Parts: sequence; structure tokens; C-alpha cells
Amino acid sequence: MNPKLTRRRFIKGVIASGAAAASTSLWYSVSGQNRPAGSVERLLSINVNGQVRRVDVSPQETLAHTLRYKLGLTGTKLGCNRGECGSCTVLADDVNIYACSTLTHEVKNKAVLTVEGLRAADGTLHPVQAAFIEELSPQCGFCTSGQIMSAVALLNTNPRPTREEARQALSGNLCRCGAYDHYLNGVMRASGQLS
Amino acid sequence: MTFMHIGKDFTPPDVEGKVTGTARYAEDFRRDGMVFARLLTSPIPSGRVVSIDASEALAMPGVVGIFTADDLPPSAPPANPALAKDFITYVGQPILAVAAESEEIAEAAIERIAIEFERRPFVVDPLDTLVEGGPDPYPMGNTLIREGAAAAAGTTASGTAVGSIKWTRDQIASFRAGRFPTGAPWGEEWAYGDVDANFAQCTTVIEEPFVTIGLPHHSLESRTGMAYWENGKCYFHGSLQSQTVGHAQLARMVDVDPANLVFINENTGGGFGSKIFPYPMMAVTGRFAKALNRPLQLRITRADEFYIGSARSGMQGWIKVGLRDNGRVGAVDIAIIGDAGSGGGASGSSAAEHVSIMYQPEAMRYRGMSLYTNTTPRGAQRGPGQNEMAAVLSPIMDKAGRQAGLDLVELRRINAPGPDALIGPRQGTISSSYYPQAIDQAAELFGWEAKKALPRQISATKVRGIGVGEGYHSAGASGYDGLLRIAPDGKIHLHTGVGNLGTYSYAAVLRAAAETLQCSWENCVIEHGHGENHLPHSTYQGGSNTIFTETRSSHVAALDAIRKMKQIAAADFGGAVDDYSIGGERVFLSSDNSKGYTYAEVAQKAIELGGEYSGQVFAEDLNDTTKRSVQAMQGTGLIAAAKDTLPKTGTTPGFAVAMVEIELDTETGKFDILDYTGIAECGTIIHPKGLRQAMNGGGVWGFGMAAYERHVYDPQNGLPANVGLYQAKPPTYLDVPLHMKSGATDMPDPQSPVGSRGIGEPSQGCAVAALMSAISDALDGHLFNRTPVTADMILNHIAQNDFNTGDLKTNTF
Ligand code: FES
Ligand code: FES
Repeated sequence: MNPKLTRRRFIKGVIASGAAAASTSLWYSVSGQNRPAGSVERLLSINVNGQVRRVDVSPQETLAHTLRYKLGLTGTKLGCNRGECGSCTVLADDVNIYACSTLTHEVKNKAVLTVEGLRAADGTLHPVQAAFIEELSPQCGFCTSGQIMSAVALLNTNPRPTREEARQALSGNLCRCGAYDHYLNGVMRASGQLS
Repeated sequence: MTFMHIGKDFTPPDVEGKVTGTARYAEDFRRDGMVFARLLTSPIPSGRVVSIDASEALAMPGVVGIFTADDLPPSAPPANPALAKDFITYVGQPILAVAAESEEIAEAAIERIAIEFERRPFVVDPLDTLVEGGPDPYPMGNTLIREGAAAAAGTTASGTAVGSIKWTRDQIASFRAGRFPTGAPWGEEWAYGDVDANFAQCTTVIEEPFVTIGLPHHSLESRTGMAYWENGKCYFHGSLQSQTVGHAQLARMVDVDPANLVFINENTGGGFGSKIFPYPMMAVTGRFAKALNRPLQLRITRADEFYIGSARSGMQGWIKVGLRDNGRVGAVDIAIIGDAGSGGGASGSSAAEHVSIMYQPEAMRYRGMSLYTNTTPRGAQRGPGQNEMAAVLSPIMDKAGRQAGLDLVELRRINAPGPDALIGPRQGTISSSYYPQAIDQAAELFGWEAKKALPRQISATKVRGIGVGEGYHSAGASGYDGLLRIAPDGKIHLHTGVGNLGTYSYAAVLRAAAETLQCSWENCVIEHGHGENHLPHSTYQGGSNTIFTETRSSHVAALDAIRKMKQIAAADFGGAVDDYSIGGERVFLSSDNSKGYTYAEVAQKAIELGGEYSGQVFAEDLNDTTKRSVQAMQGTGLIAAAKDTLPKTGTTPGFAVAMVEIELDTETGKFDILDYTGIAECGTIIHPKGLRQAMNGGGVWGFGMAAYERHVYDPQNGLPANVGLYQAKPPTYLDVPLHMKSGATDMPDPQSPVGSRGIGEPSQGCAVAALMSAISDALDGHLFNRTPVTADMILNHIAQNDFNTGDLKTNTF
């Protein structure tokens, strides 16, 4: 840590950068006092949803943890926290990744996009979001953010996928409710192939 | 009947939050000063805690406390304790919780706790405890017994206890070999008709053993609770399927007066039966928070979710079915040993009931028992009993049908439950049935006749199979409360205690109130998900129960509102109450519609009049939860609250039929589902998109039960071998068909004001049954007699390394 950065100033910085999760940041920062000797805390600047956010990140911290508990971006869900389900899917430089299995330090030079960053500046929903509403794609909704991010990644590279291509692209996203047919309909609608 | 809202799609208000990430689940809530709790769970399958040394853990910076079984009211087996001490009965059972300033510290602290255990014998296969001299899962035995006298005397909390049941080695050997064990004792039995006489009249009689293996619920949101106490009130953010039905139970669990419990649960990340009612760890969340006087969150891991997130019971059984020469099922004899895990109950009787309703046997006998094992506790999972029975029954009935020379769909038509169908041991009636029409609709949409004519051999290594299956669950109750409030601004606030478990039923059922009130949906505001939204006592969300039950309570609340509005109008404009009508969100004199009030005006009048019109007075038969909500809203508008006392007779059924076409690869044992067609028979369609979701989601669950999901335990150590999502694997995108077809008969049930019944359970049963039927068909009618049927089993069969059905086991191999 920068020796000039006192813990107090450090915490204030985190709070300023993540107001939605202020109280959480405080508690996690306090917890940092107890980390084993030799571990390093870092104040990172990461680009999330087009904004540069300054945040305290421990070396072993996952991106899902940073997003949810330090930046207040709880749209990214943790279904398993171990790379099995896809609920934590976000984009890093347009590539869909499992945020639970990615260290935050790995994305410090990348643009991270979460479900909260999909709306246009005027509040308009992203076409995938609008299509998922139209198709009533989600059931319980816990996997939905991940499904959306994988769909966005697909359509960025393949704007008119076949249904088969779509299911392959989304196959890393589990839906325990079994809403697959409805998510695929959403992808096909978002790509203008279903009216 | 023409409806304004029923049968039309709408956008439930919570969908946008789900696609934008703003929908909040229990774990998304934080409070200043919140601490994090983690569970220490048992590494042994059976034993007790001798001592706990937490001194090192408690000395760690950031650790704020420990909570053990001693901090909870005592509980006795077979109750599933929130924290175990004297009776550890499965690996993964919670023993204590540690709270700290972060989850990481709590986890590190758990590593520093020393526990001395005493081991006891354990068992994972029900038949291994049933055999004389076999180990018992509890020191006092292996089966649930009901102690009516003890319950009456208050000496056992639930009237249940653990007792013992044993069979001889010969009886066990006979059952393992697929034969009925002569002279063996059972825990429960029922019968109707003369079974032996009816078998004597059957021309086709087959006997088959079967096994279904338990499987975890694996709700995607691992269960989480966050509680804090303020001014004597407990605020609890939880994850349940139901919102208000478990309120009093949760209040007892966290030790607070129900009036001082605020339960908040706007979204739930799946439940599938495992979260219908409050579950044990919620007691830890609430009480630990109180003990520490700090907000506390207890979230469990994915692995913990396998252990304590509940699971379906497995069952091991034997069935004898007789067909008369006209194809009618003349008699059924069935025996089921259910695996209740380390707690909960097995579902043998429900499984037998499925046979009784779906095939209408002239005579039937059921014998069963529920045995404990040292495996995860079991609970309701999507059609418990019925759906696993549907899975193994379908190929067995196909075999009987083939022997009798019947087409498989024709066999179902001949025996289909119609409106006069009878169900279960008491042969009770049902409210209605259009199931025969559902079979015809499915056959047409699927193209059964055309597919039947297709060649079975597709290529040198690919064979086709087609199958049909049926699902059933009771689908509705009565006696719950409806509540709504018309505000002076004309907004109609529809209050519901229905939980938001992902089916949108919480919103769909309120359409019945809007329908009765003849009001626009846009003018309605849904109040749900938060105790401070003043919610009524609503039914539980489980067992396909919500749609029928809660459209009725919505309807009666709307009728109460209309009565009050007409009374107010009649008092002011003259004439009798019956001279008034509603329409266009006005109440008016039928003969002169200029005389009347808008809903906004009548709400203002209700406030001025007070009394029953604005909630100062209310019906005595309302539940306490509803009464509290009415009292909290008194004077804020026209308050309508009523208990559903509409006539209800017989069982309300939900039926579904499915047809499946697969292409099976004889070199890999894998198959692709080429066609899936599911038809619901759930009365009038209330919400078309919601119904498609229910049918298709249930279909995916059916595929999982048929081919992928199961418990596997190591019999040497009692350890589960597959705690992960990738091991007890729910189907993925690649395991389901590219398109799923569904439909519904859309014919009204006379006991629902809008004609609707539920479908959540049958939607899985029909799918698993049809897929099992198709797998059997692809393999020339071979019976595996079990679920799941995995690729290795199929390959072994093709390679003629046939499974010996005498080795059928649940939980292990
Ligand atoms: S939470 Fe990341 S894959 Fe499950
Ligand atoms: S919508 Fe519930 S897990 Fe996908």
C-alpha cells in the first residue's frame, strides 16, 4: 500500500468510489487488517461499465467479490462461486468470463461490463434485455444476468446467430429453472430473427 | 367466457429488475455493522459432538461470536435440527456457526475450532438398515413412527419419533431380486377393491422391481438469510418460496411475536419444494443476530447447499399390474421402500396415489415404509412421489401394453382419468378433468401416428425412440385470505402473500381480482414481498397449488370490495344494493349510470364512513396475519378482505401429458431429444407465457431426473461423491431439445372463479415419464427399472452387459 495513504483516507476513497456498497466496503476493509502478514493490499483503478472505479483489492480477490461487495454491483450473481454455473458472467474486453473465477487484478487493464452497464445513457434497455422481457425469459432470475451477458457477448461477434449457435454460446450458463427455450427465444428476438 | 385479463399475457413487474440486475435477493442486502456467519459442518455421517473448543477461533481478531446447538431450543429426532449435537446423522450437517467481520475471517475461524466427535455406525442404503442386524442411522432405529399419545401429552413436539423395523435376510434377498417379500412387515398400507379377484380377471399381468435415486434441489441461489433487530422487531431478509404462510412458524423459530417479525423476500433464486416453508438454518440467522445485537448474514456455499438444501427421496419398489382384455387396468399391487435420508419423509403413498389416478385401476393395494439413512435430509421436491413414480411407471405400463398388443397412446386413452375419475385409497372424486382431450391434443401436436410409422433404425449407429408419459399432482386448496385496497387516488392495491419463486404466479393470481373488479391492469399496484406491504395470509407456493387457491382468494376480496362499493353508492344515491353495477372503474345505478362514484370517489367515501369500509372492522374468520395487515391500513381507502369460503369438493387435479422423440447413439449411449411436446390440463389458461415457462421448465427437470441427476454415496465412509452442480448435473442447454413445444387444453375447472388450476409438478412428471418411455422404445422395450438412466447403463445394455435388476440400489451402486 502507498505509505502516504492512511487507512482512513483509503477507506474514504473506497467509499467515494462505491457509494452503493459503502458499509460493505468499510467492513471488508476492516477485515483487511487481519490478513496474514506478507499479503498485499492494492488500490486499483478498474474500468467498470465505462467508469474508472478506485477500489481496494486484495491479491486473491475475485472479480465477482469486487463487483458485488465493493462496487455495489449486485446484479452479478454468485450461484456457485467456483466456475460451475455461469451466474457471475460479465464481459472483460467483450469476452464473457466467470467473475467468480477471475482475479480482479487480472482485469485491471480491461474494460469490464456488467449487467448494470447495459442500458443506454438515456436509460433505454439493451436489445437483449428488452427481448428477454418480451419473451418472459427469466423464471427465478438468479441466472438471468449471466445469460444476458453471454448473449451480449455472442451478438457482439455474431449478430445473427442460428439457434444452435446461440445454445452453444450460452451453454456455460446453467439455468436450474430450465428456462432455456425462453432464453434462446430472447436471443433470437434480440438478433431480429423473431418477431 | 370472455375475459379482460385472464388468458392474456402481461409483463409481471419484477421482470425488468431481473434483466437489469436491480432485482434484489437476500444476499444483496447489507446493513451497517453487519457481520457474516458461516457454518461448521459434520465430517462424519453418524455420531455426536463430545466437546467443542472454540477458544482459538474466538481469540482471532474480527471474530465476534459462536452459536451452537446449546443456543437453540432442544430438538429430538427425527426433527431436523438447525445445529446438531447429540445426533449427527449425515456428512455436511451443520454443527455450529461462527460470525465475524467478514466471511473470510469466519471461514478461517472455523478452521481453528477443535471438535471431538464420537462416531456411530452409519448406513446409506435403506435395505442395509432394514435387514436384521443391519446398522441403524439413529441409535434408536431406522424409521419414522407416529406417536399419537405422546403428541397429545406434549412429550414429543411433532408426534413423531424414530422406531425400528427389520426384515429377515430372506425377505431382503427376495426384494433385492425384484420379488415381493412374503410376510415382511410394512410401515403403512392401504387398499381398495378386491385386488386378488381383479387380478384373476386380467389377461396380461406383469411384475417389475424399480428404483429411483434421490437428487438434490440445487436451487441456484444458495440459501441466505440476513436478520437484524430494531426496537424489538426482527427484520429478516430471506429466501423462501412462500411469503406469508410460514410467518408464524418463522416467528417461533427466531423467537419473536409474529406481530414483530418483518419478513422481506422480494425475489427467490429457485426453491422447487425445498423452500416452501422456513428451513432450520433460518433459526440460526435470526437468533444469532439477536444474540450479537448486530445485523447478521448467514449464506451457505454451493457444497453446503447440496447437504442442507434438501433433496428428493429415493425409492425402491415392486409393482404388479394387470390389464383386462379390453386394455383397462384391472388391478395394481405396489410396495415401496422410501429413503427419507436422515430426516423428512419418503413419498411412497403419493407415488402409489399417482398410479391410482392416472390408470384408474379397479382395485389396488399399496404397502410402504419410510426408512432413514445417513444421507442428506429429504423434503418435498417438485411432485414428490408422483414424479419419480411417473418415471418408472411409464416404461412398465408400456411393457404391459405391448404384451397386450396395444398402442402406447391408446393404452393411456383407455385408462385416462376423466371427470368421473377417482383417486387414492378413499377413492375420492376430483373437481374436473379434460385429460382425455389432453392426450388427443398431444398426439396431434406431436404427430404420434406419423412418428410411430417412422423406421426405428435411423443409421448404422442411431436408433429412434418415441415415448409418452403422464404427470399428476393435486393442484389447489381453499380457505386462504384475499386483501385489496382502493386508494383515494383510484389506484387498486392488490395485496398478496404469495411468494415470488419465479413462476410469476404471485402476479397472475391477482389478475383474477382485476377481472372481477373490471379494472385496468395499469391501474393496479401489486403489493408483495415485504412484511411492511401489509400482506394477507396466502397459501404456500408449492405443489401446483397457487393458481387455483389464490385466484379464489383474489376473487373473494374483489367481491368484498364490490359489495362495499355498492352499499356506499346505494346509501348515497338510493335504491337497493342489487340495483348497482360496476364497470369502467365506477360503481353506478344500473338504470342511470350518471348516479354513481368512481373507484377513487368511493375510496374517499369509505374513509369518511370508516367501520368495515376502511378496515376499522373486519371479518373474524380472517387469519391473524391478514387482520394485522388490515389494521395497519385502516383509514387509508376502501379495504376489502375476505376468506375464501367458496364451495370446494374433491381433489383439484393438475394433469399433463408429454410425448418425446429421441435419437439414441448406440456407440456412445447418449441421446438427443428431437421432439418434446407437453400438454397441460390445468383448466383455463390464466397467463400463457407463464404456463409455457412452467411446462418447459418442468420438462427440463424431467430430463434431468430421467438421465442425469442423482445422489451417489460411498458406502465405505458415508461420503457423498457428487456435491457439485457438475456432478449431480442439472440439464444444460445442450441436454435439452432446441425447441420445446407446449400447449394446454384451456377448459375451465368449475370450482375456480376463473377456471384455472396449477401445473408446476405435472409438467415434470409427464416429461420424465415420456423420456423414459422413449429410451425404452429405442431399445426394443428394454426396461432399466430405474432413474436416472445414464449413458453408461445404455451402453452396458447394448453391449449385453445387462444390469441385474436384483442389484438395484438407491444412493449407491
Ligand atoms: S458463480 Fe461463477 S460460475 Fe457459478
Ligand atoms: S431463471 Fe432460475 S436459474 Fe435460471
